[in-house]
Amino acid sequence: MDDALNKLAAYLADRLGAKLIGSEVALGELTIEVGRQHISEIITFLRDDSLCRFGCLIDICGADYPEREERFDVIYHLLSPWLNHRIRVRIKTDEASPVPSIVGVFPAANWFEREAYDLYGILFEGHPDLRRLLTDYGFQGHPLRKDFPLTGFVELRYDDELKRVVYEPVKLMQEYRSFDFLSPWEGMDSAIPGDEKAGVARDKDAKP
Amino acid sequence: MAETEIRDADADSGKRDGDDRKFTINFGPQHPAAHGVLRLVLELDGEVVERVDPHIGLLHRGTEKLIEYKTYLQALPYFDRLDYVAPMNQEHGFSLAVEKLLGVTVPKRAQLIRVLYSEIGRLLSHLLNVTTQAMDVGALTPPLWGFEEREKLMVFYERASGSRMHAAYIRPGGVHQDLPPELVADIYAFCDPFLKVCDDIESLLTDNRIFKQRNVDIGVVSLADAWAYGFSGVMVRGSGAAWDLRKSQPYECYDELKFDIPIGKHGDCYDRYLCRMEEMRQSVKIMKQACERLATEIGPVNVENHKMVPPKRAEMKSSMEALIHHFKLYTEGYHVPKGEVYAAVEAPKGEFGVYLVADGSNRPYRCKIRAPSFVHLQAMDFLCRGHMLADVSAVLGSIDIVFGEIDR
Repeated sequence: MDDALNKLAAYLADRLGAKLIGSEVALGELTIEVGRQHISEIITFLRDDSLCRFGCLIDICGADYPEREERFDVIYHLLSPWLNHRIRVRIKTDEASPVPSIVGVFPAANWFEREAYDLYGILFEGHPDLRRLLTDYGFQGHPLRKDFPLTGFVELRYDDELKRVVYEPVKLMQEYRSFDFLSPWEGMDSAIPGDEKAGVARDKDAKP
Repeated sequence: MAETEIRDADADSGKRDGDDRKFTINFGPQHPAAHGVLRLVLELDGEVVERVDPHIGLLHRGTEKLIEYKTYLQALPYFDRLDYVAPMNQEHGFSLAVEKLLGVTVPKRAQLIRVLYSEIGRLLSHLLNVTTQAMDVGALTPPLWGFEEREKLMVFYERASGSRMHAAYIRPGGVHQDLPPELVADIYAFCDPFLKVCDDIESLLTDNRIFKQRNVDIGVVSLADAWAYGFSGVMVRGSGAAWDLRKSQPYECYDELKFDIPIGKHGDCYDRYLCRMEEMRQSVKIMKQACERLATEIGPVNVENHKMVPPKRAEMKSSMEALIHHFKLYTEGYHVPKGEVYAAVEAPKGEFGVYLVADGSNRPYRCKIRAPSFVHLQAMDFLCRGHMLADVSAVLGSIDIVFGEIDR
């Protein structure tokens, strides 16, 4: 399985040249990273090339890494039902720079791109109809961003006097409780408040 | 008299003849043939559909956002609520993704139980779809017959998990509990009589003149279009592709079981109906094999790692370590190593995929749910253009959508 993917990765590195930023085979899956300006061209290549034949667009989704300079990933999953393999293509972008739309290559991309725009605010250039998809009519903000609170900003209820649904700022009956269950022995890298030896332990780790 | 009135109206608006043939109507959000909360904005020319604009999101619950704030085990029950017609198939997809990240393989008995319940889910979904599709085109008896069988299957769900629908039974690392032998025997006893029910439903529909008039050559998809629109499951098999993830990218122990993949020829609503009927028979075949093997293959149903799967209740009464494991698993949960995976299962409606990004903590960093219905509903405009208004509900019934997984 991995052999075939490594071979495919080498082939793609050969054919795409400088357009390919990185490629990796992990957990039995091939991921390539490309520059966002080439995405339309590369997806077309992957669809039409006789050794790739990724003729089925499985999914497009965003992911948010707010600490990065280009905070969004856009991830394309493609499937070749003829050669029976999959590939993941990743590009990076930020709030302001648009990604070329691939609706012209795969009509299936239409709603996936609308969804990514709706939930992350990723802009797609050349999309025929970039409207919100999942959220309410007139919704503000992009809910899947990491800086969007889980509770949201507005709540709605039916107002019996006005005879319509009204929007109000979220009022929580009790504070939203985000428990920190992380064990101090494994998985935690921040210091516990009041732990005067936190720095000491880290210095000791750094020595060897 | 009527004629003069119409002429008067034309004179008032100053429109040419034929202008008033074009109008826009709202289909739903509350419509029995919408299979949930779907709002379709239809642009019609007389009775011919010119454009379909589905407005979705009326059932949007922010599942993906919620999952980012839950541990891996707490995230699992959200998957029951996606395609609520076949809940365990979704759990299966998520469990496979987590197991792939952790690099664990579940024991054989757990695999068989998963296969058995995935196929029960397929029956649940196909029964609902086939019979309500018949209802959308005017038949009332099939849903009554089909729901009787669904009731029996949901009792099997209940006997395994304690819940008829929101099972939370297939979990990362195996399944929640072992099945009692009586339940396996009862499922086996269900199989053969069910084939008779399939025949009965087919006798109502397959050669039915009205059903054929409403479905044959309606919503035709060529295979090339099916792939370009990202279709999967019955939507590509109906168009003639022998593509099924259970065969082509086998997961669990599907490669050890004998079953066939039915395919259609014409890619219309009627072929998709026939595919679903035959798939139900094949599912019964798989269920029988799974039941037979479950009767002999006794063993654990979970991985033997108490850092991931909680210890037995009885063990906790005497073992301090078991108690600690239990406490840690239900507060902190387990940590999943950094990485990203895409795992897909052949859900009844098509390829259900979970793209999971783990950052090494106890919660998923990102969990994208790739729902088959979402992709299929997107193609409504392509499928319905040029059809009559009445065909919209036939096409909608045949693409098999459930709003739980479209809106997420």
